[in-house]
Amino acid sequence: MSKALVEKLKARFGARILATPSQHGDEAIVVAAADWREVHQFLRDDPGCEMQMLIDLCGVDYPDREPRFEVVTHLYSLTKKHRLRVKTAVGDADGDGADVDSLLPVWRSADWMEREAFDMFGLNFVGHPDLRRILLYPEFEGHPLRKDYPAQRTQPLVPYREGQGVQGKLAPFGPDEGMPFGRQTHDASGPSEVN
Amino acid sequence: MGDLTRTHVVEGSEQGFATTRFQDLLGWARKYSLFQYPFVTACCGMEFMSFASPRFDMARFGAEAPRFSPRQADLLWVVGTISQRQAPVLRRVWEQMTDPKWVLAFGTCASCGGFYDNYATVAGIDKIIPVDVYVPGCPPRPEAVIDGLLLLQDKIATGDRTPGIIKPRVDPMQGQLVTLRTPADLDESHAALEAKVKRLGG
Repeated sequence: MSKALVEKLKARFGARILATPSQHGDEAIVVAAADWREVHQFLRDDPGCEMQMLIDLCGVDYPDREPRFEVVTHLYSLTKKHRLRVKTAVGDADGDGADVDSLLPVWRSADWMEREAFDMFGLNFVGHPDLRRILLYPEFEGHPLRKDYPAQRTQPLVPYREGQGVQGKLAPFGPDEGMPFGRQTHDASGPSEVN
Repeated sequence: MGDLTRTHVVEGSEQGFATTRFQDLLGWARKYSLFQYPFVTACCGMEFMSFASPRFDMARFGAEAPRFSPRQADLLWVVGTISQRQAPVLRRVWEQMTDPKWVLAFGTCASCGGFYDNYATVAGIDKIIPVDVYVPGCPPRPEAVIDGLLLLQDKIATGDRTPGIIKPRVDPMQGQLVTLRTPADLDESHAALEAKVKRLGG
């Protein structure tokens, strides 16, 4: 059903649609970051598209790719009942320069989704009026869903209890006791930054 | 009285009276009048509600009155996952409670973080506040919670502040259940029934 939509976009944007991957009947298009807002504006306003609803906006980290991050939106048309995913790629290997236009002027619902993507991946949505953390606390350093964030690193807001006398008041069981799996590190470097 | 071995009933007067030690009397009074502050953050809360409501009936243990101000409570139930962002709140609630105070970690997440092994979760509330009784389970069964409350009452009565844990119990009937009916049994009984019908009818 969405194939006609992809054809329509190809006719409108030509070579600016970089790829049209399709899987299990779900269509997607890949565009350059510079065309991000224009393509979405067209998808919302064009009478043949009528994408009223921004279902989701999220980031993906591919540490081996250049550009490194993928930004993905899921769109749905309430009147035409078709769906589309739109992707773009931003950011260098260090995670800097991950700039993409904010979709807030197109859909108001992009507000919190973009804040979440900023919180988790450090994506910079240019034009967002209030781009700050939404789930984590302001004191948090780094972006936890980046693949180079150490899996075991925690950043406690209150200092953990330690010192003399506390040992007798700690849990009378080991960290792995009764668990069907052990706690393990997923970092190549090992648990060096465990707090 | 809480500890009958240390209590002496003195006969001789019309009414009779009992002597005990003041600390024992105080411990006995405290253990049956726990004012609780439920700090409920996650899915274990459903199990807590079931424990508090008439089927399992927390009121039997003198602990039915929840106080939604920590200043009036002396038992803190930490029910559910505690995230790093929530840790200062929990710490402050605990600090606001007046002594003597006790803490019960309800469920695996409160006890050790459970399977939340990541940047967002405190791996056990004992990293933040001291805990008296751990009741693991995901969620713990109400029987385990009752065990935990009774263990805490014992600790209060004896003044024991070392942490305790409710270990999972083994079902005594496990492996002993007998299969009463198999398909072969059914065929046999059916054949016997048919024979009986034939005999009666014929």
